[in-house]
Amino acid sequence: MTTDDVVLTKFPTGTGKDRPKPRRTPATWVRRGGLTALLFGLPALLIFGIFSWWPIVSAVVMSFQKTNLTDPAVWVGLDNFKEIFSDPLLPTVIRNTAWFALLALIFGYPVPLIGAVLMSELRRRKGFYSALAYLPVVVPPVVAVLLWKFFYDPRPEGVFNTVLGWVGLGPYSWLNDPHMAMPSLVLEATWAAAGGTVIIYLAALTAVPAELYDAAEVDGASVLRKVWHVTMPALRSILLITLILQIIGTAQVFLEPFLFTNGGPNHATLTVMLWVYQLAFTSIGNRYGEATALSLLLAVFLAVLSLVYFRLTRSWSTS
Amino acid sequence: MKSPRRYTVLAATAVAAALALTACSSNGKGSGDATSSAPAGDQKVTITVAGLLPTADDAAKKQLADRVASFQAKYPNITVKPEDYNWLASTFTAQLAGGTLPNVFEIPLTDGKTLIENHQLADIDKYVKALPYGDQFNEKLIANGTGDDGHIYAVPAKSIYAVALHYNRNLFKDAGLDPDKPPTTWDEVRADAKQIHDKTGKAGYATMALDNSGGWQLAAGANSRGGVIEKFDGTKYTATLDDPAVKEHLQWLHDLKWEDKSLLDRTDLGWGEINTEFAAGNLAMYTSGSDVYNALVQANGVTKDWGYGLTAIPTSNGGGALTGGTMAAVTKDSTDAQKDAAVKWIDWWYLAKLQDKDQAIADAKGLAEQNPPQAVGTPVLPIFSKENYQQSQEWIKDYINVPLDDMKGYTDVMFTQNLVPEASASVQDLYAQLFPVVQAVISDKNADIDKLLKDANAAGQSAIDSAK
Repeated sequence: MTTDDVVLTKFPTGTGKDRPKPRRTPATWVRRGGLTALLFGLPALLIFGIFSWWPIVSAVVMSFQKTNLTDPAVWVGLDNFKEIFSDPLLPTVIRNTAWFALLALIFGYPVPLIGAVLMSELRRRKGFYSALAYLPVVVPPVVAVLLWKFFYDPRPEGVFNTVLGWVGLGPYSWLNDPHMAMPSLVLEATWAAAGGTVIIYLAALTAVPAELYDAAEVDGASVLRKVWHVTMPALRSILLITLILQIIGTAQVFLEPFLFTNGGPNHATLTVMLWVYQLAFTSIGNRYGEATALSLLLAVFLAVLSLVYFRLTRSWSTS
Repeated sequence: MKSPRRYTVLAATAVAAALALTACSSNGKGSGDATSSAPAGDQKVTITVAGLLPTADDAAKKQLADRVASFQAKYPNITVKPEDYNWLASTFTAQLAGGTLPNVFEIPLTDGKTLIENHQLADIDKYVKALPYGDQFNEKLIANGTGDDGHIYAVPAKSIYAVALHYNRNLFKDAGLDPDKPPTTWDEVRADAKQIHDKTGKAGYATMALDNSGGWQLAAGANSRGGVIEKFDGTKYTATLDDPAVKEHLQWLHDLKWEDKSLLDRTDLGWGEINTEFAAGNLAMYTSGSDVYNALVQANGVTKDWGYGLTAIPTSNGGGALTGGTMAAVTKDSTDAQKDAAVKWIDWWYLAKLQDKDQAIADAKGLAEQNPPQAVGTPVLPIFSKENYQQSQEWIKDYINVPLDDMKGYTDVMFTQNLVPEASASVQDLYAQLFPVVQAVISDKNADIDKLLKDANAAGQSAIDSAK
């Protein structure tokens, strides 16, 4: 309960007994704009219900069924969950997803922050560099992946292998090497997504009062100390939000492993979401139930993770 | 972010967001404007049909458009709308579940039984049997499209192939090899691949490893060495992915990659990708269906003088060539009028040219006179009978434009070589277990083949058991 709530609840006391309570009838509800509000909200509720909640409810129901979407579904209780937990691929996909998330965190998380801080220091052509940073975001993901596949050509004449060859490195197999495949995916994903986060950080940086930097400068602070003592505290809440969004996003990574390697080589890039897709759609054996069960498990895991995260970071947040 | 209620909202939102991303679309309705359940007759009806590969060139598109126009002239009440079509294990089931397949679509021969058991194909029995040749199909082939009720749900339509060895004659010449004497054993393939790699710098051999096509070609390699990936004792199917022949072929691939360095360093080649690499001259030999020359012409610009060569897959230990093919089927939600129109189209587009001289000539002429010409006369196995196949080839002999002289290594034995049918139960699941093993062997020098095959076999057996 907030302070505002306390004030509001205290206000009527002392006089409430003497004042007749207004009768809440449908007529008063309509007169006070209830119907209008409902009518305004109805389309959004309907669309949200049909296109968002109904598929969610269907998915939850399907996770307890065996179905091929043609014959009547059969209720199988927790069998789909048991199948998932007993599948020898489960540890592999969890490990791969965690590995992707960790690599993305180590390499992908600081990159936009550093980019935004550097750009905010620029005095000229800030817009140009912002646009440059954002450019990968407007490239359609499929096109970006095709482009990077070209870069990752394992032959010595491939783009990256040619460049590295100039300094005596390679050639490398990139996507065809089980150890290099996942870092290769993270590299492209970082390139593709960093621009959006840079813009968010840049927007947040404009809210940092210039006087703080001026004061730090007067105190003789170096650029790094200004970043550490002024910029970082000012961005704290944004950083916390982008961190959890990144963790949720990377835990659901699908596009890169699907388009680059389809989970290969030898399951080295098979992530949870790609496995969900493969269970549902690449087997005529109709494993839709298991696919939705796995989706549900991932959703619950992410929800719990979010709760724990916000509880742990509550004291760090400025909100 | 302080009240417990907000945590609840947050949790619900997170669950909603995650699930919304993973939610499946509901089963859709097929296209078509026929509303009654009566056969087409004179009633106006529209059907969508599987057309060409998405990468097909303009000449192939024009040939299809011409055939559609002549079909619609013959049946003015039927409107045919072709759609690009490329059967892929990774997308087919999604299209099937999402209801986005065209009314007439194509499936691998071996998927027929499973789809029929799942009630996912329309019963087209009476329309097929009404065709003048409805009872003349090769019995072994039509069995794949026949349900336990004896009804026909899908018909063998095209590309009935045996897996064969495709090679680049120019790379053979460049390496000092005689392209008229292609290899006949796997040892010779390895030796030639090494010589080609050492002399030209190009990969001597490549294998599909992406998706189920990687498993399909490993199975073909194992079959050629006398092994199988599944056994049936009359009551029960048993996965045999750890068959010694499977291991032998994997070890052979391993040695090409890590000892000879003659294998193309790619674990991401599927059916289409390997065709592209071959057409680009980046590899000398690979195995695929005997009819793949059609696709090389249609989608990759290969011409008669390109230097294409075809020979039989090497065999040992009583092994044979893995066979397969394509069936045409009709979506379950098609109306009777659409089913009637669909079978008329199947007859027109796929089958009549094998039965009717005028149709055969019209089809061959249409293909040969495109610019660039499409392949006519690529060797395939007969849908009806050997005599029928030879007769149809005789009808179109003036239009045959494929390099038959460079395909003699295959055509000389195509009716006498030992043929091995694909596995019957959960074959796509077995292929799905095998392709990661292929990827492991050609991407990791120290891959433990025995363990990989043991694990794959356990998972394959599980897939067979759970499909029952």
